[in-house]
Amino acid sequence: MNLDLSKKTGLSLGFGGMLILMAALFNLLNGSALLYISLCMILAGIVVYSFGEYAGELSGIKNDEVWFKGVSSKGIVAWILGFVLTAFYVVIYWFPEYLGLHKEGNTGLVAFFDPLSFALNGHGATQWFVYGTLYTVAILGFGVKFILKYRHNTYQIVRTCSVMFFQLAFAFLLPEFLAKLNPELDYFAKDLKNMWPLNYYFFEDWHLKAMLGGGNLGMFMLFFGIGMIFLISPILTYFFGKRWYCSWVCGCGGLAETAGDSFRQLSDKSVKAWKIERWLIHSVLLFVFITTVAVIYSFLINEKAALDPKLFLVGVIVFLGIFSLYVFKIGYKKLALDARKGIYWASGIISAFLIINMAIGNTNVFFIDSYTLRSWYGFLIGAAFSGVVGVGFYPILGSRVWCRFGCPMAAILGFQQKLLSRFRITTNGSQCISCGNCSTYCEMGIDVRAYAQKGEDIVRSSCVGCGVCSAVCPRGVLKLENGRVEI
Amino acid sequence: MPKKIVIIGNGVAGITTAIELRKLSDCEITVVSEESEYFFSRTALMYVFMGHMKFEHTQPYENSFWAKNNITLKKGRVNAVFPEKNEISLENDEVLPYDFLVLATGSKPNKYNWLGQDLEGVSGLYHKQDLELLENYASKIKKAVVVGGGLIGVELAEMLNSRGIEVTFLVRENSFWDMVLSENEGRMLEKHILEHGINLKLNTELKEIQGKETVESIMTSEGESFECQFVGLTVGVSPNVDFLRNSSLNINKGILVNEYLQTNVPNVFAVGDCAEIQHPQEGRRPIEAVWYTGKIMGQTLAKTLAGKKTAYNPGNWFNSAKFFDIEYQTYGLAPAKLNENQEEYYWEKENKAVRIVFDKENRVFEGINTFGIRMRQDFFEKVLDRKESVDFVMENLDKANFDPEFYKKYEKEVKNGFIVQSA
Repeated sequence: MNLDLSKKTGLSLGFGGMLILMAALFNLLNGSALLYISLCMILAGIVVYSFGEYAGELSGIKNDEVWFKGVSSKGIVAWILGFVLTAFYVVIYWFPEYLGLHKEGNTGLVAFFDPLSFALNGHGATQWFVYGTLYTVAILGFGVKFILKYRHNTYQIVRTCSVMFFQLAFAFLLPEFLAKLNPELDYFAKDLKNMWPLNYYFFEDWHLKAMLGGGNLGMFMLFFGIGMIFLISPILTYFFGKRWYCSWVCGCGGLAETAGDSFRQLSDKSVKAWKIERWLIHSVLLFVFITTVAVIYSFLINEKAALDPKLFLVGVIVFLGIFSLYVFKIGYKKLALDARKGIYWASGIISAFLIINMAIGNTNVFFIDSYTLRSWYGFLIGAAFSGVVGVGFYPILGSRVWCRFGCPMAAILGFQQKLLSRFRITTNGSQCISCGNCSTYCEMGIDVRAYAQKGEDIVRSSCVGCGVCSAVCPRGVLKLENGRVEI
Repeated sequence: MPKKIVIIGNGVAGITTAIELRKLSDCEITVVSEESEYFFSRTALMYVFMGHMKFEHTQPYENSFWAKNNITLKKGRVNAVFPEKNEISLENDEVLPYDFLVLATGSKPNKYNWLGQDLEGVSGLYHKQDLELLENYASKIKKAVVVGGGLIGVELAEMLNSRGIEVTFLVRENSFWDMVLSENEGRMLEKHILEHGINLKLNTELKEIQGKETVESIMTSEGESFECQFVGLTVGVSPNVDFLRNSSLNINKGILVNEYLQTNVPNVFAVGDCAEIQHPQEGRRPIEAVWYTGKIMGQTLAKTLAGKKTAYNPGNWFNSAKFFDIEYQTYGLAPAKLNENQEEYYWEKENKAVRIVFDKENRVFEGINTFGIRMRQDFFEKVLDRKESVDFVMENLDKANFDPEFYKKYEKEVKNGFIVQSA
């Protein structure tokens, strides 16, 4: 391998920092100074390596040798990396004691992060704090790499800065500070941008109770969370497409766009994969919808809340009815027949269940205990899909597997994007040469070329608006636009 | 009985004919190609060599597409065409009868009988096989020479450069691509090519290629010698029509066709690089070996074959290219050398340039070259169709902009420069 000095320095720094973490994992090292040094080394390592990789070259598209390097083309290195990442997620979700999480006092890696955790939120660290810190370091470090790589492209620079900011400020620092300032409150999610259904426990009883009992902050989070779902996000999606969230704000998207950038070309572009995607992601949406309805219903019953549980069920039926009617009357041109049928069937079956339930007065609205439903959702979707498969399989399946096949938030924003939004990717007349760079580098596996070579605009519910198709197009054919420009 | 259509060549012209025809008709469609099993984008071959894509990514349709659309693909070399018998014969002696024959045989790289042009390590860049040869040979190349300063030449230089190969680039003319670009445009690109570490030699021709079995060096017309293990010959392409010379078809440089893309034999047609239009429209060349014209010809011929006789109308000229990191688009005609009725305006800044040509007398806009700034084809289509003035274009230049969001805008500067020039 022919690496220049700064790449070697970067690799040494990065792996040096990781080595310190490994040593801490086996209780060989501790001390806050070492923690900060190791985090700085990892961050600096990525940045220094990136300068070595890109700073010496003229600005422009940097995809040389992507399909020759093992790491970006499913070589042995990629499989090893995938295995390590997957193992890391399995341990985090199901065996945190191996990282040193213990009720009687942390050891190992979790204890190593205690000083930073105390400084930020006033508590000892958990495996999630360790994870959140490393996640943020990854987005910041690889964000700098991405900016250097695309430094000729202002859209990519602005977008990446946004992703880095929202991760650092909204996902990482702000929730920790809020926790520190309000030590007496029970835990509830304080990441403003992490809305339902990506945050699938938002409506679970313990979370609702924590927010309701959380004083002004708790009530603010409750109203802001509901406002995000029903008001802020549809409005922003109407004007800008779902990209405002998926590739500008979201943490999952943030990691995919930065640390996952080397793997974006691995997404499967086949028609078959598209078929699987449509079934899978909407099944997850259905799953989370049912779970949430069940959870809220039992909460209303158990807590004897002001809102009548039956009224809530009627509300759900009305919502599904309006949505189906909208699709039937107005949106039908924009959706394929199987999608429309899916919507009618799902709405009909859910409504039928709810009506039967109201008639016989069952507390388990879908005849399954809501606790069972949500624990299965948490295990299958929350942990196994979004974490283990979503990130662990980056080097094999590409960086947006979760966003494309699983994320129910993306599914909802996708409906809004397809049915209502002004956003589309415009094709520049007949200039397409069918080269395939756009499709190859689409992380969502959209066959962009199929539209571009016909001169058609691209309106796809899965498009996260990362803008890379437009960036890599050698003929200037693609442009992300919010509405048609009159000429 | 459905009509039998045989298409020779599965490049963009032949395949567009097949796909568009399938939309309009249920005739039997057979596409014969020696080069590849499935249609791929020729313009994308460079990205395969550079590692941006794998070969399969250059194929715009899934392999199952062809059977699904009832288009028969046949891999094989066509030996001869027998228009009087309405059949063609393949190298393996297979005979294919047809009702209509479409010739879409593309081009072949030019060679000008240089000494040593058939040595190992000398190649053009056109066919898939050229790329495979280059790929197999690449590990042996430390230094390479690319001959010919056109679009393929600069692409080949970029390809070799991406593998860390030292490239000497011989350009016969005084400025880069001077057939199409003005001198100041050429100079800007030359600077960029040099910045990428290419050893660009202007006013230099290849004299001979030296070596025993493989290439060892070349000699230029100036008597300068360059050691190299590979020579890329990119001095243009010519229609790939040699196998038709003994047939009854009228062949000049290409296959001669009328405005319906029809040869002298009424049920034989030609599209794409191999077709030579007998009476081209004003300002257009008889042979235009360009992706876009091949596609338009295919779309046109499909209508004729489906029974709706349609004349070939290429519309307003447009084209695009990329020179290392500088994108180029052109709309209308902005010739390298102006005639006495034309005037031009040129603006350049930091690897970005715009050149607009217009009529001196009535100020009608005639064409634009834009480098490093993407512009909308729709805008210039309207401008050209309505014969708008250069002043209208300048006034509305911001509407033409097609750069991604947040890009720095240059329209004001371009406009101000124009006002200064006009005053």
